[in-house]
Amino acid sequence: MFSSTMFASILPEILLLLLGMVILIVEPFWKEEKRRNVGWLTAGGLIASIFISLAFAQPGEPTSALGGMIRFDWFGFFFKMLFMFAGAMTALLMMDHQRLGARGEAYLLLLASLIGMNLMAVSSDLIMLFLSIETASIPLYVLAGFMLGDDRSTEAGFKYLLFGILATTVMLYGFSLVFGFSGTTNLYQLAEMFRVGAITPLAAFGILALILVGLGFKAAFVPFHFWAPDVYEGAPTPVAGFLSTASKAAGYAVLLRLFLVAFPNPSLSAPWTLTLAIIAALSMVVGNLLALPQTNIKRLLAYSSIAHTGYTLIGVVAFTQLGAASVIFYLAAYILTNLLAFGVAMAFSQATGLENLEDYAGLSRRSPLLGLMMLSAFLSLTGMPPFGGFVAKVVVFAAGIQAGYTWLVIIGVLTSVVGAYYYLNALKFVYLRRMPGEDEASHPIPLSRPYALALVALTIGVILIGTIFAPWFNWADAGALNLF
Amino acid sequence: MDFPVLSIITFTPIVAALIMLAMPANRKNEVRAVALASASFALILSAWVYFNYNQTAAGYQFIEKYDWLPALGVSLHFGVDGISAPLVLLTGVVMFTGVLISWGDDNPHVMAGIQDRPREFFAFLFILAWGVFGVFVSLDLFMLIFFYEIAVFPMYLLIVIWGWSVTREYAAMKLTLYLLIGSVIALVGALAMYIVQYQNTGALTFDMLKMESAGFSQSFQIIWFLPVFLGFAVLGGIWPLHNWSPDGHVAAPTAVSMFHAGVLMKLGAFAALRVGIMLLPEGAKYWQWLIMAFAAIAVVYGAYIAFVQMDFKYMVGFSSVSHMGLVMLGFATLNRDGLLGSGLQMFSHGAMTALFFAVVGMIYDRAHTRQIPELGGMSKVMPFAAVGFIIGGLVSMGMPLFSGFVAEFPIFMGVWREHWLVAVVCSISIVITAAYIMRNIRQVFFGDLPEKFQGHITDITFLDKVALTTLCLFMIVIGLFPKFMAPMVQTGVDYVLRLLGGS
Repeated sequence: MFSSTMFASILPEILLLLLGMVILIVEPFWKEEKRRNVGWLTAGGLIASIFISLAFAQPGEPTSALGGMIRFDWFGFFFKMLFMFAGAMTALLMMDHQRLGARGEAYLLLLASLIGMNLMAVSSDLIMLFLSIETASIPLYVLAGFMLGDDRSTEAGFKYLLFGILATTVMLYGFSLVFGFSGTTNLYQLAEMFRVGAITPLAAFGILALILVGLGFKAAFVPFHFWAPDVYEGAPTPVAGFLSTASKAAGYAVLLRLFLVAFPNPSLSAPWTLTLAIIAALSMVVGNLLALPQTNIKRLLAYSSIAHTGYTLIGVVAFTQLGAASVIFYLAAYILTNLLAFGVAMAFSQATGLENLEDYAGLSRRSPLLGLMMLSAFLSLTGMPPFGGFVAKVVVFAAGIQAGYTWLVIIGVLTSVVGAYYYLNALKFVYLRRMPGEDEASHPIPLSRPYALALVALTIGVILIGTIFAPWFNWADAGALNLF
Repeated sequence: MDFPVLSIITFTPIVAALIMLAMPANRKNEVRAVALASASFALILSAWVYFNYNQTAAGYQFIEKYDWLPALGVSLHFGVDGISAPLVLLTGVVMFTGVLISWGDDNPHVMAGIQDRPREFFAFLFILAWGVFGVFVSLDLFMLIFFYEIAVFPMYLLIVIWGWSVTREYAAMKLTLYLLIGSVIALVGALAMYIVQYQNTGALTFDMLKMESAGFSQSFQIIWFLPVFLGFAVLGGIWPLHNWSPDGHVAAPTAVSMFHAGVLMKLGAFAALRVGIMLLPEGAKYWQWLIMAFAAIAVVYGAYIAFVQMDFKYMVGFSSVSHMGLVMLGFATLNRDGLLGSGLQMFSHGAMTALFFAVVGMIYDRAHTRQIPELGGMSKVMPFAAVGFIIGGLVSMGMPLFSGFVAEFPIFMGVWREHWLVAVVCSISIVITAAYIMRNIRQVFFGDLPEKFQGHITDITFLDKVALTTLCLFMIVIGLFPKFMAPMVQTGVDYVLRLLGGS
């Protein structure tokens, strides 16, 4: 039963586990003031794991492994690499957080959550899927409420926990119905059962709607988005960044595999895709409109992330290979961009303790580099070249038009203009406004080494994915091919 | 071509912008020197392209093609034809003169040039130039839109940071949102074309040369022509979507106004022609009357509004709407004369309006007012600027021996062929233009210098004079020797006419 494929299929997770154990062992021996270095260890270990996995565990032909529990294919592998990169950046951003930085358990929780997300991307069995979703979620509940004594963080943790449990329960009910109808929990067998008619389209519609509640919570689309602004605002900023990127992408990984592999029946598609299309449209409209009046940068980013979920969903609605590839590409670009945006917010609040938009006045004079990074992040979110967001939007829209959803794409482009308003408005504070009554030169914003490293890496990444987009798209396309 | 001259032109500004951003912020003169050096380099190369364009061979030349994203058929496909080569040259000229104008003046009474953070200013301006060059040379629809959007966003920052403090926030946001709405609508149209050509031919490609023969059905062309054409034409200042343009021009700092009116509006017109008319010719024929009506309104209405302006810069801004209306009018004729005139008008107006905005900027920097009635006698203190403005004014009025005549005459001939009434109505604009230009020359440059200006208004700098001379030179050369440009544009027009079915 033991084979090299089996080993390779979970090599990244094994490495993460080893890394976690190393942290657990060395952390108590380090002095209090050196504990922050766990962050270097985590980030370095994650980057090393990425390279080791790329060297030894690249998937070939899609295969089932571990008794059909997981699927070893490029789709899952690409997502794993994305999650681990996001994890490494988050670890760097956590290092100088006052409450998180010197706490080894924070990094451990991050790694535990990453293991769960990695498995979410490859699970091909409903039971495995549920376990991995829980593995990914529970550490995040703790991390969101990590700052004990801070009311907002506690509120964030609890809110996230309660919403999360509710959504997961509904999804679990959906899973149980699947088993009741078909007698199997394996996604690939399920596809076969569905094709032969063991599950009627109506039942499938109901089941999928239940499952969508759970995944919609993870990916934060309307109407399951209510937790996002409060949790992002209250949670420690690096954790919020992680929630809005890797965690969201993990939800999409499951969503793509479940919807495209397990329920591919065309007779179901029409009402089902219409439902998804309406959700996408609502997410874009609600996210963008509610972002307009926000004055807190984390709340702004929360609503903008809801809007971006909507754009991503256009690719799912297409139900084509181009659509799936565009979703993966969009998520890759979005992870880099939003991590950069949260990273800038983190670096700024670290130096000043502030997180309202008007506090960003004079930022470009206080730190031209940080100003440029924020410019890159926000323009990428707007969908402007030469940043990743532009290409990502274009491919998603192309997929939407190819599938005949021109109306959805038109909603998408118009709401993206609404988005441009608040992103540019934020940049206005950075570049135009001055600090009231102060000389900016005497208030520089120092960037500590982990921030500088993470932010520069992310900025380069955002520009790379927006200019030399061929390799990224080809990887996304190779992943999408595994779903058809 | 062995020597990738078009990519070198296109990527010179972005490389220069990155170099400038990497320089220390307090080395202002070094930053300016880098800007001037790279602008000169781009100008020389674009002139080289212009003079080495083979007019007998016609068609697209200096072609370069590199696969960029083969999976979706995106390629870096560059080439210029008889219409875009002059526009590349124009961009080089305006970029060069824009840098000169922004250099600044040592005189502390003069607010000229960019003194606050020139590093960021030139970097953003050059990112803009990168996008502009890219649009003019791209033969790939994806890259064309890519560069088009690059040309949009730096405008916001350039206006909002360095613009006229009274209206800059309002004007910058208005401009950006107008242009974005236009470009995203055009993007949807472009994607629809991409998908349909894939369904028709089975090949995923954004290559516009292939899309020309994609066989779009007539109904498809009729549906999508308007979104695509108008989406791009927003940047060309087409009525009724021109509203952003005067506000934007007025709020922008001098070099940005020059760039914007001089080059960016051509960008919109060019993209509307390249994507709208050339890829969807049937749609263009169907909607010809509507475009012609919009353009005719822009021509007359723009001129009239310019006439009643008391603010010098608003006057020039609205005159741009009127003159760009002529470009659109030439497009709408869909015949040889009209298109030829439009091609020439794009260059002529670009040089002329850049000069106008430069002179307006010079006066405002010294007099600190743009109210026409408050000004006077400027020719006594800045004779060079006065001469420049008068030459520009003659171009604007369409006087023979200047480039404006060479451009406008064919447009009116083309319009007459389509419908004589439109030509008659539009010719009113020439009268109005002459009226406001004459009035302005008299009021601003002649008469007595008002007392409050006496003593402290100084002449323009040497660099300003170089910039004005460069711009005037082109307008006069084209006016005296139409052969300098007309045959080249003609080759490009022939290509468009072939796509339109040899009308």
